[in-house]
Order: sequence, then C-alpha cells, then structure tokens
Amino acid sequence: MATLALWILLSPLLAALITALAGSRLGRRCTHVLTIAGVAVSCILSFWILLRVLVGAHLDAPLYTWMVSGGIPFQIGFLIDPLSALLALVVTFVSLAVHIYSIGYMADDPGEIRFFGYISLFTFAMLLLVLANNFLQLFIGWEGVGLVSYLLIGFWFEKPTATAAALKAFVVNRIGDLGFILGIAMVLHYTGSLTYASVFARVPALAGRTVGLGFGWRVPVLTLMGLLLFVGAMGKSAQIPLHVWLPDSMEGPTPISALIHAATMVTAGVYLVARLSPLYIHAPDALGVILVIGSLTAFFMGILGVVATDIKRVIAYSTLSQLGYMMAGLGASAFAAGIFHLVTHAFFKALLFLAAGSVIIAMHHEQDMRKMGGLRKYLPVTYVTFLVGSLALVAFPGFSGYFSKDALIDAVGQSPIPGAAFAYTLLLLSVFVTALYTFRMLFLVFHGPERMGEGIRAHLHESSWVVTLPLVMLAVPALAVGWILFHPLLGGSFFGSSLATPVGINPLASFAHLSPWRFFLAAWDAPSFYLMLAGLGVAAYGYLWRPEWPARLAARIHPLYRLLVQGYYFDAFYLRLGAPGSVRLGRSLWKWGDERAIDGLGVNGTASRIGWLGALVRRFQTGFLYQYAFTMVAALVVLVSWALVRY
Amino acid sequence: MIPAWPWLSLLIGFPVAGGLVLLALGSRAPSFARSFALVTSIVAFALSVIVWIGFRDGTASMQFVERIGWIPLLHANYHLGIDGISLPFLVLTTFSTVLVVLAGWRVIEYKQAAYFAAFLLMEGFMNGVFAALDGLLFYFFWEAMLIPMFLIIGVWGGPRRIYASFKFFLYTFLGSVLMLVALIYLGVRTGSYDLLAFQRAPLGLGTQIWLFIAFLLAFAVKVPMWPVHTWLPDAHVEAPTGGSVILAAIMLKMGAYGFLRLSLPIAPDASRYFSGLMVALSLVAIVYIGFVALVQTDMKKLIAYSSIVHMGFVTLGFFALFFMAGASAIEAARMGIQGGIFQMISHGLVAAALFLCVGVLYDRLHSRDIATYGGVARSMPVFGALFVFFAMANVGLPGTSGFVGEFQVILATWVANPWWSLLAALNLVIGAGFTLWLIKRVVFGPIVNEPVAKLPDVTVRERLFLFLLVIPVLLFGLWPAPILDVMRASVAHLVHQALMSKIP
Repeated sequence: MATLALWILLSPLLAALITALAGSRLGRRCTHVLTIAGVAVSCILSFWILLRVLVGAHLDAPLYTWMVSGGIPFQIGFLIDPLSALLALVVTFVSLAVHIYSIGYMADDPGEIRFFGYISLFTFAMLLLVLANNFLQLFIGWEGVGLVSYLLIGFWFEKPTATAAALKAFVVNRIGDLGFILGIAMVLHYTGSLTYASVFARVPALAGRTVGLGFGWRVPVLTLMGLLLFVGAMGKSAQIPLHVWLPDSMEGPTPISALIHAATMVTAGVYLVARLSPLYIHAPDALGVILVIGSLTAFFMGILGVVATDIKRVIAYSTLSQLGYMMAGLGASAFAAGIFHLVTHAFFKALLFLAAGSVIIAMHHEQDMRKMGGLRKYLPVTYVTFLVGSLALVAFPGFSGYFSKDALIDAVGQSPIPGAAFAYTLLLLSVFVTALYTFRMLFLVFHGPERMGEGIRAHLHESSWVVTLPLVMLAVPALAVGWILFHPLLGGSFFGSSLATPVGINPLASFAHLSPWRFFLAAWDAPSFYLMLAGLGVAAYGYLWRPEWPARLAARIHPLYRLLVQGYYFDAFYLRLGAPGSVRLGRSLWKWGDERAIDGLGVNGTASRIGWLGALVRRFQTGFLYQYAFTMVAALVVLVSWALVRY
Repeated sequence: MIPAWPWLSLLIGFPVAGGLVLLALGSRAPSFARSFALVTSIVAFALSVIVWIGFRDGTASMQFVERIGWIPLLHANYHLGIDGISLPFLVLTTFSTVLVVLAGWRVIEYKQAAYFAAFLLMEGFMNGVFAALDGLLFYFFWEAMLIPMFLIIGVWGGPRRIYASFKFFLYTFLGSVLMLVALIYLGVRTGSYDLLAFQRAPLGLGTQIWLFIAFLLAFAVKVPMWPVHTWLPDAHVEAPTGGSVILAAIMLKMGAYGFLRLSLPIAPDASRYFSGLMVALSLVAIVYIGFVALVQTDMKKLIAYSSIVHMGFVTLGFFALFFMAGASAIEAARMGIQGGIFQMISHGLVAAALFLCVGVLYDRLHSRDIATYGGVARSMPVFGALFVFFAMANVGLPGTSGFVGEFQVILATWVANPWWSLLAALNLVIGAGFTLWLIKRVVFGPIVNEPVAKLPDVTVRERLFLFLLVIPVLLFGLWPAPILDVMRASVAHLVHQALMSKIP
C-alpha cells in the first residue's frame, strides 16, 4: 500500500514537473491530458485506498529519513487511516473536477499552461500534507500549498491588486505559521518526536504538566501546545483575526477559488486540529478557544456576505463562515462532525464557486451581482447546480449540508467545553445569516429583472460541457453524500481510532444509532430549520418582492452598514497601522540606528580618517596584485618578528 | 579508497597556482584567461568532491592531515586537516568559485585576467582557512583572503568603491589584528600553534574572557553581527556581482567558522560567560535588521541586510546551547549547532543565487534600484521563475535548503528559552515581508517602462549558473541528511568541548 500511496503523490507531481519543464513545447492539449491524467490516477488510487481502509487496511510507515538531528530521526512517511484516506479522495476528486473545468475557464488565457502546472503542484502538496504521518511533512505540505496559493492568487501578476492580495495572503499565513512552528518546537521538546503515533502515545503523560513562561507565569503544557498549533490553523483556515487574506484571494482565477480557497487548502487547519484530536482532548481550554473563535468567525464573517455585492466575495465570506462552523465543531470536541462538514462543504462550495465561474464567463467577467438577474433561463444547468449547492449550503433538509451542519450545531449544543452555550447561540443565528446571504445571491443572480447591459444580454448562453460536466460531477455528491456518510462518520464506525473520542461527555453520543432518515425527519423539530426559513423569507422579501427595501434599510442603519462594508475595519487596521508601522519602524531603525548611531558615532571617526587614509593608500594602489600580496606578507613578517622579539 | 595524496594542499595550491599563472599572463589573452579560470575552478571543485568522497563520517578526528615544519623557531607548522564541520565549506567554496567565473564570463571587461586571478587566489586562501590547523597558518590565510576581496571591490566595484573597500578592509582588518595577538598569546603559552592543542589547553576564566573578546572582534565583524555590520551593505552595493557572491557565500561564513573552531572550544567558559550577550545580539540581528531590510530601495542592500538576518540564526544556534537544561539539553545543543552550520551552507547557496539574480538585472539596465523595475516576469519569464524560487528559499520555504537550518535553530532554541524562539521565528513573517515585497515590486506588477519591456530573458550561460544553484537548494531542502551526517560526529565533539569547563 505504501507504493500506492507514493503514486497518489507522484502522479500529480510528475505532471506538474513535466508541465513546468516542457509545457510550452507540449502545447495546450497535451498539458491538459497530462495533468488531468495525473490527477485522475491519483483520484482512482485514492478511491482504491479508501476501499482498502474500509476493510481494515492501515499504514503508518516512513518513506525516507529526511535528516537526523539532535539524535532524533526526522522522517518523511505516510499515514493511511480512515481520516487521511477520506480527505485524499475529497482532494483528488475536487481537484479532478477543477482540472476539467479549467480547460473551459482558462481557454483564452496566455498563462494557461502555467496554470495547469500550478494546480497539479497544488494537488501534490495538499496530498503530501494529508497523507503525512508526522509534523514535519505536514508542515512541508502546509507551506507548499501556501506557496501555490500565493502563486495562484497572483496568477494575473500584472494586476497590482492581485499581487498585493498574494503578498497579503502569504504574510498573514506566515503569522499563523509562526505559532505553528513554535507549536512544533514544543511538541518536539516535550515528546521527543514529531511522528504522530509516538507524540500521541506520550501526550497523556503531559496532562497536568506546566511550562514556565517567565515572570512566574505558568501554563499547562498541552494547552499552550494546542493553542500554538491552532494559531497555525487560524492562518490557513482564515479564522478571525487572521481571516483578512481570504476575501482578497478572490483575485485569483475562479477555479482556484473553488479548489484552494474553498474546498481543500483552507480546510487544512480544520484537518490539522482533527488530526491532533488525541492531543486536544487533553487540552479542554484550548478547545474552548477554538470553539469560541470558530463560532465568532461563523457569525461575523457570515454577516459580511449579506452586504457584499461581488458574487465571488459573497461565496468567500460564506467559506469563512463555514470554516468557522467546522472549527466550532472541532472545538466542541465533535471532531467527526467537523470533518463531516469539511467533506460536504468541499463538494457544495466547490460547486458554488465553479457555478459562479460559469456565470462570470457568461457575463463576460462581470462579477457585480447588481448587474445580473434573471439568468436562470439563459444558464439552466448552471442554475440547477447552483441551486443544489445553495440548498446544501443553507442546510436544507435532505441536502448534504443539512446532515453535516445540523449535526454539528447539535453537537455543540451538547458539548461540555467552556463557551459552548455562547457558541451554540452564535451558530444558530448564523443559520439565519447563511440562508439570508445565500438566497440573496441566488435571487440577485438568477431571478428578478435582468439588469445587465444589452450587449451582454445578447450573448448570454450556457457554458460548454467542460464547464458544466464538473458542475454535475460536484452536484451529485452535494446532494447525496450526506445520506451516505451520515451514519458511518458520525456513528463512529468509520473513523475508528483516527479521531479521538473526548474524555467524559461525547457530544456525538446521540448519533451512534441514528439513521440519516430519522435525522432527516427530525429537521422539523429543530430551531435551525425555522431560522433557515426565516432567512429565506427575508431574502425573498428584500430581493424578490421589495427590491427597494434593502437600500432603504442600509441608509437607515448607515453606521452599521459602513462597518460591515468595511469588514469591521480589520483591513483598515492592518493596512493603516500594521504594514506602514513596520515600514516606519524599519526606516527609523535604519536611519537612526544604523546610519546615525552606529556609522555616525562609531564609524564616523574612522570614516573621516578614510579620506586621509585613502589619499595615503592611493599611492600604493597600483592595481597590481603581487604588490598587495607582497605588502601583506611583509606585514605578517613584521608582526611575527615583533612577536619574536617580545618573547 | 582514494590515494593518500596531499589533497588539502592541492585544494589550496592548485587555485593559487592558477591565479598566479593568470597574473603572469596579464591582459594578453582575455578569452584564454577566462577559459583557463573556468577549467581551474572546475578542477578545484572536482578535488573537493574527491575529498568529500574520501571523507569518513562518524568520527570527529581530523582527516587528510598534513603536517610539516614551517617556522621551527615559533613551533608553527604547516598543519592541515579537516573534520565534518570544515568539509562542507571547502565544497561550498570551490562550487561558488565556479559560479563566479561563469558569472564574470562576459561582464567583466576591465583587466579580465586579473579579475579571475583574484578569485582563484581567494579560493585557495579560503580553502586554507577551512583546512588550517595551525594558528599562524590560519591567520595567514585569514588575512590573505582579504586582499583579493579588497581589490575586487576597489578595482571592479561601483562608483563608491573606494569608500566601500576601505570600510570593508578597515573593519575586518582591525578586528582580526586582535585575533593575532590572541593567537600569539596562546602559541607562547602552549608552546606551539596547534589549534587542537589550543583547544585542549586549560585556561583560567580571566584569560578565556580576554581571548574570547579578541576573537569576538574578529569574528563578529565578519559574520557580521549587529552592531558591527554596517560595512556589509556598503561592500555589497559596490562590489561586482562575483565579489558579492563570494562575500555572501563564503566570507561571512569565516566569522561563524571562527566561533566554531576557536571561540567555543578554546574558551568554553568565556563563551558561556558571554552567551547572553551573543544571544541578544543574534536576536537583535534577526528582528532589528529584518525591519531595516524591509525599507531598502536598493536590491543588493536588501539582500545584504537579509544576509545579516540569516547569520543571526547561525550565531543564535551556536550560543543558545549554554541556556539549555533538562534531559534533552545535549541533543538540543547539537541540533542548534547543526542548524547553524546548515544555515551557513544554505545561506551560501541562496544569497549567492539572489546576488546573481540581481547581477542578471544589473547587467541589463545598470540599476540596482527597485523602482527601476516592475513587471520583469512578463519580459523575462524564466528569470522571473528562478528569482521567485530563490526568494522562496530565502523566506525559508520547506522543501528548499533555507528551511532546514532555521527550523533546527528554532526547535533547539525553544529548549533554551521559548521567548527567544518566538523572536527568532518572527523572521517567518518579517523575512516573508521583505523578500516577497521585493519580488512583488521587481518581478510582478505591470511593466513600468520601455527598457523593462525590452529586457531579454536569461541567456544560456545565466541559466547554467542559476540552475546549478537550483539543484543543491532543492536537493538539500528535500533531503538534508547527507550534510548533517557528515558533520554529526564533529558537532557532537564540539558540543562536548563547549560544555566542558577548561578552568584548571
């Protein structure tokens, strides 16, 4: 199985390498075939491995020794268990759909070949992360996906906004990585290993130990470790306050938004916390922080989706909000529920982004929803698939999102982790918000009056099959995957020991014997269903029946509206204080520290003498090396003789 | 396995002889001169590879030892030998020289033969520093290598080359004079100039402190450590590309190598005494200089400051070990030193590559000013990709060699003090900031002016030397084990020496 795992990784990598080295010679067609074949092989092998895992296969083995340092072998290796196998399949499947879609979406782009190379490289890095059996490889993959994300956000590198967004994404992610790497340092220090299995084996012994941080301040080892690692997850999974890079990442091509900034990379933080569940169950305080931050992200980022007018930005805020849900689920120690939502979200959110991309193509790269409307009759396939994605997103009973999200909210409600009641309330309110922004988007784009210009309307038509096929490919799991996975994932039979069961109350205990059908019927008893309907109702009122009403409301509550449009001023804060502050600090250190203090006071005495010395030495500066060599040796001889005379 | 030839003497003598031949040749046949220099540097590189092949891992004792009387009156010997710490630097030196010869192939028009001669002479002297086991011999090579560099900056440098070359020379020369005094003191005291005997000699704390200070002045300037770093940006800015490459790749490593070869083993108690200061200066270099790098408008200055940041990791890894306690202290100490050494090697590759990249641009538009460029990726796609790759290595992206050293130093420093680890790790953010901001302004964005639009992409020769650097950066990023295996035994021995008191 190690060979199979290796080929899952190698096939997209080889495709990317060949594309990078010979892509321009191979041409477009060849590159398409090559990269798609690479990912398809990977996808098929992932599926095969998942089947093997279902019958009990397991692999935890090193591939090679990366280095031995401080007596500790740092190895690259694979861990194939239900969690990684499931994620590998999701990643490769979505990636495959996006590869196919990109043939259509990127058709006229001069950088098309580079694009295909990047997404194959991304698939490799993501799989490296998912299949790792140790923190080192996880971090390598983690930074690898970050790199490709950087390159793809800045894909249209002549657009200043795109390169600025790319830089921002990388630097903000690096703030998260700062915490992550310190977390890794801590793991190594306290457990003497970076391999998951040995780390987890030693974690229980650390419960109750504290670490001194100076000034008499002591904190529990596992809490600090968990929090530091979570900082990494916050960067990658864009949790408040490190979320600012994700909305801007929409500068990248839409297929990338679907693959990297919705379905896979941004969920790496969620995967990280779930993967480390054996550690987190011993750190309830850290879980409490995750729970609260997750629910804050879910609620406050969701609201921003209600005021955004760019179709991709709405979906981006929705992604932030859904990532918050996943984190909150993990924080409630309902790890399986978090991962379940990750899986369903990967399908329906990739679907929404790709469908939005189809709209954007039809609209000739217009992304403002205020200039759309009534598109359903021009783009029937896109409309139906978008509707499926939307219903899954708002957790309409029967759609995949319903099973994962309502189960997650339910689990948070039952969690004993501190902060759970607060989080539960926020998550329920977010259901209303989700429905509101989703249906607002749906109505603005596909229903109501046609607000686009005549030139665009005349050319509106459904996209080609390479675009619609992936939509259908993703719509099927967006519909069905909830029914299939509900019981195995939440009932506990699938994950086995790959996700830890919390010490004490298990918030998922009530799902052990619940069938999806029973859960489906229970929808009518849950408050979330009615909150969702309320969101639908408000959206229908404001965007179908009384289109003038939202503008009036916005004018009424103008300060609040501005706060939302400005994204709570996070960006303003970072861009007015953080970045210029660093530049100002650097400039004063340079001008005052280096130039005035060090060179001015310390070196200036010497510097003024340089003029004199220069005049003197100019006479010797004949440009002939041997003279210098001779002078040097002579000087050495003089010095040595001086020393001889002295002693 | 390999014949018992005086390989180290060959590594020193062969390039020096080549340099002398070129000098004798003068400006008679410039195109022959460069071919001759290239062949000489490739042979020297091959010699170093042979030494690597013949080198036995797993022992800390000196190998390829050569020892003959030199100045009998002083008991100074021509004594050479290498261990796992010096070996990688020999290879790095010979490798960098090949690159420098390639980089100067067409660009240098004035006194071509002398230019290549200077680099070959310097290569021999630098190899001498890494191979010397005798104090006076070490000092001889140490000072000898300054002269070619001084000339390279002073003769082939930019408009302010005189100022920069004197600043460089005065700083480094004044620093090392005290080292000579310290070496003479040790020589008189132990009766020979054998560095290994110096390392064994028991010394009182007071003596050690004076020795440490004398060494520190020499080494801190070379590294360079804050606050004696201001010569470096000036020297880099004025130096020709080849000079910058050798300066960054090898010459900065001399200071750190000196800490390993002299300060830590000869004055371990003083090293412990000063370790707080050393750690503080290292952290200042990482954080303070990081911010300074952010605001540079000259590409070479920016990379020069970035070098200081990276060398901060090196000295942090070397001196944090005195603060480590607990069961894993020894292992963490080894990891810190290994990380520091790896960082030196990686920085040698990456900084060299970045200076070569700037050189490629400079050769075309004769400007190092960031504002001159913008949108280079459109006109020079291959170059853009390579520049971004090396920038990522500079940022310490895992999978490139830039990550390995920083990673180990951060992990090891945690054992000494978590807060220091945090300060060091700030470079993850600041380093990404200054490096990628540079990339954003130079490589990406719309094409800013007509000359940039017409830039020709990298030539075959430029591709050659840049790809030659891609290989080790990637290889040692994906598989650092070979380098670490070579140095493991020597590092373990060094940690043992550093933690063992020598006070009688």
